[in-house]
Amino acid sequence: MNGIIDLGLVQVLLSYIFIIMVLIIVRRRGINREKEIAISSVRMTLQLIITGYLLAYVFENPHPVVTILIIVVMEGFAVHTVINKFKGKLSDKLKKIIAFSMVTGTLSCLLYFLMIVVRISPWYDPQYFIPIAGMLIGNSMTGVSLGVKSLQEGMTVQKSWVEEALILGATPKRATREILNQTFDAAIMPTINSMIGMGIVFLPGMMTGQILSGTSPNTAVTYQIAIMLGILGAVALSVMIMLQLGYRSYFNEADQLIE
Amino acid sequence: MIFRFSDVRYRDIIEIDELTINKGVTILLGPSGGGKTTLLRMLNKMISPTKGQIFFMGESLAKIESVQLRRKVMMLSQNPVVFPGTVRDNLAIAFEFQDKIKPDDDALDDMLSRIQLNKKLDDGVINLSGGEKQRLALGRLLLLEPEVYLFDEPSSSLDDDTEDLIIRMLSMHVEKQGQSIVMVTHSKRIAEKYADVILEISEGKVLRSVKNERDN
Ligand SMILES: Nc1ncnc2c1ncn2[C@@H]1O[C@H](COP(=O)(O)OP(=O)(O)O)[C@@H](O)[C@H]1O
Ligand SMILES: [Mg+2]
Repeated sequence: MNGIIDLGLVQVLLSYIFIIMVLIIVRRRGINREKEIAISSVRMTLQLIITGYLLAYVFENPHPVVTILIIVVMEGFAVHTVINKFKGKLSDKLKKIIAFSMVTGTLSCLLYFLMIVVRISPWYDPQYFIPIAGMLIGNSMTGVSLGVKSLQEGMTVQKSWVEEALILGATPKRATREILNQTFDAAIMPTINSMIGMGIVFLPGMMTGQILSGTSPNTAVTYQIAIMLGILGAVALSVMIMLQLGYRSYFNEADQLIE
Repeated sequence: MIFRFSDVRYRDIIEIDELTINKGVTILLGPSGGGKTTLLRMLNKMISPTKGQIFFMGESLAKIESVQLRRKVMMLSQNPVVFPGTVRDNLAIAFEFQDKIKPDDDALDDMLSRIQLNKKLDDGVINLSGGEKQRLALGRLLLLEPEVYLFDEPSSSLDDDTEDLIIRMLSMHVEKQGQSIVMVTHSKRIAEKYADVILEISEGKVLRSVKNERDN
């Protein structure tokens, strides 16, 4: 490593000049947002500092229970965020399906990635486990959330088509096929689009972070490639599981549409 | 006997203690809002009675798989959905829904003339009139040859002459094939001309069930 520059407290404070600049602009233009900007900057700073200490502690004292606990909290937070977004518009059955699909979709990809691709040791090494879990879970959260939105819309807007298909002897699965395909597409397109621009239009956050902290760009790149594929896998898998189980929640046992 | 009702209720919309529907043409008459559509939708299990039982060929509908039933008892809704695409797509779509081999163009062309639809198979369906859409949806059922047809005001947007032609074609077709029709109509004239039995439905009840001598 050839001399990484550690940022001291004073240097971090110096970067607050950007916030002050934004505050001045906002005030002079009479855009009433000073409070939000100030609060979110301070919140971001405090949250990251606390997370930094927490991670430092966890990294230095690795323990399987702690790693598992953190993953559980991350999954819980992600599921909660998705469900909360649809305030009361989801059936209980669909909520359970969302939780199940996100957890199984991300965990299976995460374990495959860590155990078979990266081959970490010990198996619970938090230095790998936590950031990679964060990326897989975060992206699948966005994907599933887009998927649920598109599924809900499809089942509302195209309800009469689904009904007509049932009348014409289609199974619920066949009657919703087009909606499910549209939904899958809508949910994974953002991930696919982000792969197209990667390395040219922007350097992904993880890679930037690694490079800044002294990792060779080549190592950072190989990690980034693997993680992008892992992310696509986790998004596609969670969305797929959500759809395969989710469409059924709009029908009852007698293959009738639930009103 | 095709259908038998035993103590059937649907919410507070339908109240039928006893009813049998036999082979042949059964026509439902009655005021709008009387429950005719609801009754038809129970026959192909798009909805199920909230109380009581309906039997199809002696077997309780509750025990028959809905999808299988809907392939034998096929409904033409009051406002059938026409799917985006061509006339051909729409005639063949139910074959796709039922995983059956699609009929060839000759069979489809033949159907177009039977339903009096003066269109080409490659024509789009966007500009079809209400009556043309209804006949297209009728054609897509006829191709499948189910055991029972449920028609919900199939001729509501047709002129009298076309209506007569279509219903005559239907009644001859089912007689030849040994199939049955349960049809809702507003037209007393059609009922008296084609029905074997006329059921008068009002406020969810069967007011009268009359055997009818066809006058055609
Ligand atoms: N899904 C439903 N939920 C509640 N009420 C309904 C529903 N469908 C129909 N109804 C009511 O049931 C009654 C019978 O309707 P319907 O069967 O459509 O009558 P018809 O076909 O004889 O005109 C009407 O009062 C209608 O408003
Ligand atoms: Mg009606």
